[in-house]
Amino acid sequence: MPKFIVLARDLPDAALQISPEEMQRAIVRYTEWTDEMKARGRVHLSHKLRDGEGRVVRGAGDARSVTDGPFAEVKEIIGGFWIIEADDLDDAVETMASHPHLEHGGLEIREIEVLDVK
Amino acid sequence: MIDARSSGGDGAARSVAPLVDHLFRRCAGRLVSSLCRALGAHELDLAEEVVQDALLKALRIWPYEGIPRDPEAWIFRVAKNRALDVLRRRGHVEESVAPERLAHITPPAPEAPGAFDDELAMLLMCCHPALPFDARVALTLRTVGGLSTDEIAAAFLTSRATVQQRIVRAKRAVAERRLSLELPDGGLPDGRRESVLAVLYLMFNEGYAASEGDALVRAELCGESIRLARILADHPVLGAPEVDALLALLLFQASRLPAREGEDGSLVLLADQDRTLWDRRLVAEGFHRLERAIEADRLTRWHLEAGIASGHAAAPSWEETDWARILDVYDLLAEVAPSPVVALNRAVAMAMARGAEAGLEALDAIDPATLPGYHLLPAARGHLLAMAGRPEEAAVETRRALMACRNRPVRAYLERRIAELEEQPAGTPGRLPLPTLRSP
Repeated sequence: MPKFIVLARDLPDAALQISPEEMQRAIVRYTEWTDEMKARGRVHLSHKLRDGEGRVVRGAGDARSVTDGPFAEVKEIIGGFWIIEADDLDDAVETMASHPHLEHGGLEIREIEVLDVK
Repeated sequence: MIDARSSGGDGAARSVAPLVDHLFRRCAGRLVSSLCRALGAHELDLAEEVVQDALLKALRIWPYEGIPRDPEAWIFRVAKNRALDVLRRRGHVEESVAPERLAHITPPAPEAPGAFDDELAMLLMCCHPALPFDARVALTLRTVGGLSTDEIAAAFLTSRATVQQRIVRAKRAVAERRLSLELPDGGLPDGRRESVLAVLYLMFNEGYAASEGDALVRAELCGESIRLARILADHPVLGAPEVDALLALLLFQASRLPAREGEDGSLVLLADQDRTLWDRRLVAEGFHRLERAIEADRLTRWHLEAGIASGHAAAPSWEETDWARILDVYDLLAEVAPSPVVALNRAVAMAMARGAEAGLEALDAIDPATLPGYHLLPAARGHLLAMAGRPEEAAVETRRALMACRNRPVRAYLERRIAELEEQPAGTPGRLPLPTLRSP
């Protein structure tokens, strides 16, 4: 089955007006979603990316430059990602459509390329 | 809030299992209280900021990495580390003592002696008579209760800006008066205790009054006021008979919550409630607390109000209530804490104990000018008139009540009553349902 990476775009902390009770409810909904999709064999892996500690490296040898980033000036940051399985892109969208993240952030879905040519 | 709606079978149930109900809210209240007690009341803003940061960090990470086995310990560690970071960055002199002071802050272990001292110290500070009254409630809910400004605003049907202003004012008063987070060694002075009880009572009533606010948040207000009353009542030094009395009152009232709403969301008054729906566990605890409360050297309004509530809790039905006893207690209450609302409720008890005419007479003794715009006065008169077999006059009074009432479920109820009264032939006694004692 084809695999997809789903990137979660988050709002920065300052833009999140949310109470402790609401945070707990959100975590429960996220976790229940993941558990269900894992039980159905749809989600393989999920990870959080560490906020604010990325680097962008460009150029080889002497031309090499390292800058902070890649998110210094963007409004949304990529908070984490999932590797999921789906029949095709439409099915992947269908799978993610029930994700609670969509209530306050966007998801970017990309298919993972494979070598095998049938 | 966690419910059984878990969709992924066993795995799902297990993975959210460490998140007990209100864990975040409780963590927030406790952490803010403990951090302030360790660092001083002047660091309230810092405490709130690092706690919010720690919870947000959990929100960012846990959905991907899973919920830690001990979520509270995780949140406490993150918040304490953030606090140390902030202090270090400031280059504060207190930096050297801060790590040692913060080291003692741990998640609650309810059995341990002094387990709730930090929260109680914060509660006492928030309810200090030096703060404006409405600010006391807002500050208590925000710091000890872990509610956000928006939630408090929703519960009190007021604007976010108003709540924010109250909290700012309260914090300014805390700073100006240099209020401390010390617990008094020899028990609470009466004035301080009375202020705390009044705040808890108002908090409960805001949640209890059937209204259009967010139902979930309103339930939290009732739950939080009972929780705080419990830890105050159980404290070896701060507990006192009147705290038990207030707690008993809150428990009896809360026991009726499941019966107060009809299937269509309409308001069901005490007289019409299905009493099998009452929470018997809360009723039993109410009676237990009331027994402890009786060990007092004097009767307070809390004792008497709890006594009245216990009379309803013990009765199998509205008609089989011991009205003579309830009337006696209202007579005492009218002496100890006289108010037009007490007089109004006493008139209803009078009608039930001695007949509608006696009730109407007691009602006529109330000066309407003392209850301006208060719908319960004409509503009560309407009920007593119906009870006396005067449906036409009853309908007029009930319509007057409807004009004064802005609460949607109560309005719907009054409209139903008017329709019933218009069909009722003169001379037939009607039923008499009326809410029990509540402040206007």
